[in-house]
Amino acid sequence: MSTTKRPVDNGVNVEHLLAARQALTETPAGAQFKWRAKCEWVRGTHSRSTVEDFFGLGEEQKHKRTFTFEADHPEVFASEDHGATPVEIVLAALTSCLTGGIAAVAQNRGIQLHSVSATIEGNMDLQGILGIDSEVRNGFDGIKVVYDIKADATAEEIKALVAQSQKRSAVYDVITNPTNVTVEVRKV
Amino acid sequence: MRVTTVIIGAGHAGLAMSQCLRTRSIDHVILERGEVAHSWKHERWESLRLLTPNWLSRLPGYRYEGDDPDGYMTMPETIGFIERYAAHISAPVRSRTEVTSVRAKSDGYRVTTPAGEWECRTVVLATGACNKAHVPPVAAALPPGIDSVTSQDYRNPAQIQPGGVLVVGASASGTQIAEELQHSGHPVTIAVGEHIRAPRIYRGRDIKWWMDAAGVLDDAYDEIDDLNRARHVPSLQLAGSTERRTVDLNHLDDLGVRIVGRLVGVADSKAQFSGSLRNQCELSDLKMNRLLDRIDEWAEAQGLNGSIDPPHRFESTRCVNDPPLTLDLRKGEVRTVIWATGYRPDYSWLDVPVLDRKGRIRHDGGVAEAPGMYVIGLPFLRRRKSSLIDGAGPDAQDLTEHLVKSLDGRPVATS
Ligand SMILES: Cc1cc2nc3c(=O)[nH]c(=O)nc-3n(C[C@H](O)[C@H](O)[C@H](O)COP(=O)(O)OP(=O)(O)OC[C@H]3O[C@@H](n4cnc5c(N)ncnc54)[C@H](O)[C@@H]3O)c2cc1C
Repeated sequence: MSTTKRPVDNGVNVEHLLAARQALTETPAGAQFKWRAKCEWVRGTHSRSTVEDFFGLGEEQKHKRTFTFEADHPEVFASEDHGATPVEIVLAALTSCLTGGIAAVAQNRGIQLHSVSATIEGNMDLQGILGIDSEVRNGFDGIKVVYDIKADATAEEIKALVAQSQKRSAVYDVITNPTNVTVEVRKV
Repeated sequence: MRVTTVIIGAGHAGLAMSQCLRTRSIDHVILERGEVAHSWKHERWESLRLLTPNWLSRLPGYRYEGDDPDGYMTMPETIGFIERYAAHISAPVRSRTEVTSVRAKSDGYRVTTPAGEWECRTVVLATGACNKAHVPPVAAALPPGIDSVTSQDYRNPAQIQPGGVLVVGASASGTQIAEELQHSGHPVTIAVGEHIRAPRIYRGRDIKWWMDAAGVLDDAYDEIDDLNRARHVPSLQLAGSTERRTVDLNHLDDLGVRIVGRLVGVADSKAQFSGSLRNQCELSDLKMNRLLDRIDEWAEAQGLNGSIDPPHRFESTRCVNDPPLTLDLRKGEVRTVIWATGYRPDYSWLDVPVLDRKGRIRHDGGVAEAPGMYVIGLPFLRRRKSSLIDGAGPDAQDLTEHLVKSLDGRPVATS
């Protein structure tokens, strides 16, 4: 039941992605990626992270430029508010991952997008991180994303797009599934 | 011993192949490690009924002819049905003859069993798609004191020690076992990953009637978008029962089964469930509705509207609000974990390099990469219905055509 694809342009090169999928199916070793970030403490709760290189397709790779993320805490925590809080960055990472996915899936399914916007909200009970109540988890007790999407598609098709994007999203997976994290210390 | 074709496995697929070879006068033998219908006799739970209605049990030269075409066969009835088929077609079955090796030779294959060797020009692997229950690696992390049972070992509720059960997997096997255990008094939690919801009855008819009539079961392997994906979709959430009930997550929720996300890990004796349950349910509802849309379009085109129940949609899967993300396995709430996480074929006896790095056989619609080797009975082998009883006939027919051509006018190798 394959329908002929309408020509759409969401600015995603799906042919390239599909070719990459094909190539990596044949040489799965190339699909082993290492993503990296570096972080320097600045002062107070202010820190600066940079993203520059990663490993993939069997060799070291470099971004076109170094990306910098400032993280701090707001003044209600007596911080200086030099950047978003790390959990806000996580929320931003989740919506940007989902949004990129929506565009890619739409392109592949022949759906023309006109606008995609999202608001994301994560609830957190600070009694966890402040050590007031050990039963309360540190992380979000729930995250809610609301998408407003204008596209040449039925409501069902748009729903399916967003669902598929969640299914394929790396950040969605990172947030919904446990991951083993190892933190080592080196005294310098 | 020499024979043109060796069929390995006397399930319905091997038998269907045998019948098609017979009509083309290809001499052959079926080697079976146990007896006819072995897997139905030994690898299914007791209360299981076919989820396909009786009229859909059609095999080459044979079909269900009882007085309950809309019913669903019990295991003894299914075994009887397949045994009668074997007798009806006088299938040349060698029981208790387990194949321990298949090796290529210059003009065919050497098939080894404890009862001797067969040399053949062509070989058909009909050993089944469900030989081994698949258990995910997280099983190794279960704390001591928790019983671990697969859907293949599961027989009945009495076999399960008293107390709570965690059923992992919510496709046809997991949902049915969860329902049965909950009814028998075991408090059940079901961990739900990807699954495909389907109503038993839609617009007054069995969903399989619609799928058959609208051509969904006949979708061809060389005409669908993503074959690899189609070959790995889980089974429809369906069950056979006398009251033709729908066994979906809403039904399990009504019974009091606790529904949680996919089991993703066990750490510090705590089971961890994914927070993706809502999306899994949404995807499943969307897929179900797409199937119903296709059915409605077909019904409309056939002019059935008006003569049957009007199109309608089902309540969304509702049991997704704030499911727990962890479950302490030391607190006694769970005594048994049931792995209903799918099945895999077993090709450990196959000494021909036709398996990919994941142990799956490389084939094009059942024509294996090794010359003269065929496989039948795998999911979406040639059609969506390939792994169903009803799918074996047309697949066997197609493969027989190919096999006869490949023999190239030199069919019989008797001596
Ligand atoms: C729980 C469950 C429920 C199902 N419900 C339905 C349903 O409702 N309707 C439906 O149409 N289908 C159903 N199926 C799917 C399908 O019909 C069965 O899997 C069916 O058994 C497949 O038939 P087959 O002939 O391919 O394989 P099998 O019936 O498994 O036959 C394979 C045969 O090969 C033999 N064998 C294996 N290895 C060797 C060897 N090395 N040497 C010799 N012999 C060997 C086995 O003993 C077995 O007899 C169900 C499957 C399962 C697991």
